[in-house]
Amino acid sequence: MTKEELIQPQNLVCGKPQLMNDMPMHYCPGCSHGVVHKIIAEVIEEMQLEEKTIGICPVGCAVFAYRYLDIDWQEAAHGRAPAVATACKRLWPDRLVFTYQGDGDLACIGTCETIHALNRGEKITIIFINNAIYGMTGGQMAPTTLVGMKTATCPYGRDVNLHGYPLNITDLAAGLEGTAYVTRQSVHTVSAVRKAKKAIRKAFENSINGKGSNLVEIVSTCSSGWKTTPVKANQWMEENMFKFYKLGDLKDI
Amino acid sequence: MSKIKGVVLVDKERCKGCSLCVVACPLNLLRLADKKVNHKGYPYAEQYDWEKCTGCTSCAIVCPDGCISVYRKKED
Repeated sequence: MTKEELIQPQNLVCGKPQLMNDMPMHYCPGCSHGVVHKIIAEVIEEMQLEEKTIGICPVGCAVFAYRYLDIDWQEAAHGRAPAVATACKRLWPDRLVFTYQGDGDLACIGTCETIHALNRGEKITIIFINNAIYGMTGGQMAPTTLVGMKTATCPYGRDVNLHGYPLNITDLAAGLEGTAYVTRQSVHTVSAVRKAKKAIRKAFENSINGKGSNLVEIVSTCSSGWKTTPVKANQWMEENMFKFYKLGDLKDI
Repeated sequence: MSKIKGVVLVDKERCKGCSLCVVACPLNLLRLADKKVNHKGYPYAEQYDWEKCTGCTSCAIVCPDGCISVYRKKED
């Protein structure tokens, strides 16, 4: 069999999802955001909800998420995505509404909106990209930065006496009455991507079926912020991040 | 015995050369193109030995930019 015989449309088994458009993504090479965008597109395609999905963009690296996926999007003020999602879902109860937020947006400026939207049991899904750093603004310390981790604003490492402890918002959400499904996943390997896709699918099904609020945390890398290569960033994440941010389902009712 | 053949196509202009696909390939059939860059100045991934490829799609699953297409066919 020649290469030309093999490269036929009927033999295509995996490629760029239909919902993802041709706009080149502005993310740094190896950024986990791209993988999460891709699996969201695949899940929406599989559920055939292309016309019924509303995504809420955050402020942060994913601020331009509306450029890449061909669904309805609404841009929210910094940290206020869960509040905007609440309004969208209450006005259009039959729509799938999800927010896509980073750790600076969700766990710092938007902690109030996040906790209250989850606690109210709004029928939305919050996708939380946690890379323990402020990626877009140049690698400053975030609430989720690990103890001892070096960033631009804590060059000697995070000191608990000075900066306090990292905020584990997913553990917090698991204890709330309003949440239906709380999970922590990652996208660094093939199996992790498959698990994360299943988790996002389950969260989307829960929010369409009105089961309660759903939080999917994706422990991610920021190779630019961590000042390393994408491959080494994945290794660093496995060695350090997973000790504090343990993968798996925290709550599933 | 039938054999599964696969081939990987990389969208060179979309690729940013993060090399996550290179480490994800279980048969080590991908590499970054030697001393070649695309129009944005990134080195891009390429498959240098397509005849061994089984089309497992590992590279396409981990690709953050969705620039990898995998074709697979059963050979009689």
